[in-house]
Amino acid sequence: MLRTIGKRLLLLIPTLFGLTVLLFFWVRALPGGPAAALLGERATPEAIERINEAYGFNRPLPEQYITWLGRLLQGDFGNSIETRRPVLEEFANRFPATVELAVMALIIAVGIGIPLGYWAARHHGRFIDHISVAGSLVGITIPVFFLAFILKWIFAVQLGWLPSTGRQDRGVDATHVTGFYVLDGLLTGELDASLNAIVHLLLPAIALATIPLAIIVRITRASVLEVVNADYVRTGRAKGIAQSTIRNRFVLRNAMLPVVTTIGLQAGLLISGAVLTETVFAFPGIGAFLAGAIFARDFPVLQGFVLFIALSYALINLLVDISYSFIDPRVRIQ
Amino acid sequence: MSAAEAIPTLPTPEGGDQTHALRSGSFWGDVFRRVRKNPAAWVGAVVVLAFILVAVLAPLLAPYPELATPGREYLRPTSLPGIGEIPEFPLGIDRFGGDVVSKLIWGAQASLIIGVVSTFFGLVGGMVLGAIAGAFGGWVDTLIMRIVDILLSVPHLLLAVSIAAILGRTPLAVMIAIGVAQIPIFARLLRSSMLQQRESDYVLAARTLGLGTGRVTMSHLLPNSVGPVIVQATLTLATAVIDAAALSFLGLGGGRPETAEWGRMLTYAQAELAIAPQLAFLPGICIMITALGFTLLGEALREAMDPRTRKR
Repeated sequence: MLRTIGKRLLLLIPTLFGLTVLLFFWVRALPGGPAAALLGERATPEAIERINEAYGFNRPLPEQYITWLGRLLQGDFGNSIETRRPVLEEFANRFPATVELAVMALIIAVGIGIPLGYWAARHHGRFIDHISVAGSLVGITIPVFFLAFILKWIFAVQLGWLPSTGRQDRGVDATHVTGFYVLDGLLTGELDASLNAIVHLLLPAIALATIPLAIIVRITRASVLEVVNADYVRTGRAKGIAQSTIRNRFVLRNAMLPVVTTIGLQAGLLISGAVLTETVFAFPGIGAFLAGAIFARDFPVLQGFVLFIALSYALINLLVDISYSFIDPRVRIQ
Repeated sequence: MSAAEAIPTLPTPEGGDQTHALRSGSFWGDVFRRVRKNPAAWVGAVVVLAFILVAVLAPLLAPYPELATPGREYLRPTSLPGIGEIPEFPLGIDRFGGDVVSKLIWGAQASLIIGVVSTFFGLVGGMVLGAIAGAFGGWVDTLIMRIVDILLSVPHLLLAVSIAAILGRTPLAVMIAIGVAQIPIFARLLRSSMLQQRESDYVLAARTLGLGTGRVTMSHLLPNSVGPVIVQATLTLATAVIDAAALSFLGLGGGRPETAEWGRMLTYAQAELAIAPQLAFLPGICIMITALGFTLLGEALREAMDPRTRKR
């Protein structure tokens, strides 16, 4: 087990290395360049030259790449051109926000999706099943930012029940220890700060959760339907095993494998969705910042952030693979 | 199958179609028959057909030209005429004074073009890569799949955004960006489908007959492997429309601001959400219905091609 994990981690190195090459030249293919984007109207050839000199953008590309990679290996991701702060710091400031948002969205998606999918499968072919199938189809086809709009309009603009922007109200007295606002509130005992952060998370998280929720409902339903007619389930019933035991240990556990795979695959989708939801709700996470960095041609931020995202994506998928062998002991990861 | 069914009989009015189906043997004929029996597929087909008709006939159906602003005189700083307020403009006007009905109709055309063109780019690119990887195997396969893996590790919307940013803010750039962002998925699908086929007996037979890699690929492997790819292409038509709207929303659409495109309309509606929510709802619902149509059709195709549900 440990050996396979080690092997997988080692395999990550060439992938990430390949990504640095692709990313580097890709980012430099963006027309305009950071100096022009930064200076805007004030861009004179001399001013652009000065900035390019300062950041080393006038050096030959291979040299720039080697320099960047060398610093990268020492843990130096460079400074953002726009905010002038270290990329690592910018990332550390925003990553917790997106993680909180994504985790909240996953809790909603998994917490509702698995029971709903199971329920639909148990009532296969009946009204409730049709409703959940139709509902999940709508969930897949609804554009994330459109849903974000609707939610914002109904619950923030019309009803005024929930806040429409930000992570926490300004007036809230909160100490930030980890950057995860909900967790911070719990750690420092400022429960109202925690609650305030959760309330701010609700709308964006619901918007972000819709597509994963719909997919999880569908996969769970299909997977339970496949398992529920298996011989061992019938045998269990014939032996008079309690209904709840059959459900939890026979059906759900065996049906979970495809569901867990799907949840892992949602990680990439969540980040794509986060770019849009964070924009609509002015949520200070990595998604909105990254989209801004593309327009600002902020090379160091783009390179650093995408690398981090790819790394976390790969680690999540590794975790998913490891979890297989806990769910189903017959599975041996290779 | 019982012995009685195996004896050729003329199709009978009741169950005849089914016995006939089992014997006709053609994969696509069978798929088509199964899709026809699926009510969801009918709903999807009707929606898709209606969408295509509206898109193609937009010049005839739309009361006003695409960029026209006939309702300019009704523009007020604090309000916009909504649904049913002015008989000339049944769904109201937008912030430019454009007729919303016309814009929605022209928007269908824009979406159809975006969907078809970007899916085409993704499909062709993905199929070329996937076919090369699947046909040659070995280090070619490893190299291509490594690149595909790297591309897949970047969230696909970010991939599309960065490609669109590289190509510049034009409608064609958006289509290419969305298409290219789909290449890894198509390449993966075709390759895995071809790998399954490679091991089958008829491919071995073809090789034994002395056919070269190119010939085996083109006339045996590819035609038998495109099923999942076609399904994915149908589903991609739906996501392409949504993605295009998302790119427009992030400010990458290009063209003139009053261009009739659903994503663009949604973007501008953001500022008027409080006074004219219909400007957001109408294009949003259009995007959803269209995406739903393609998804229903794609799902029905997928189900009909699934070997586990076929021949039941």
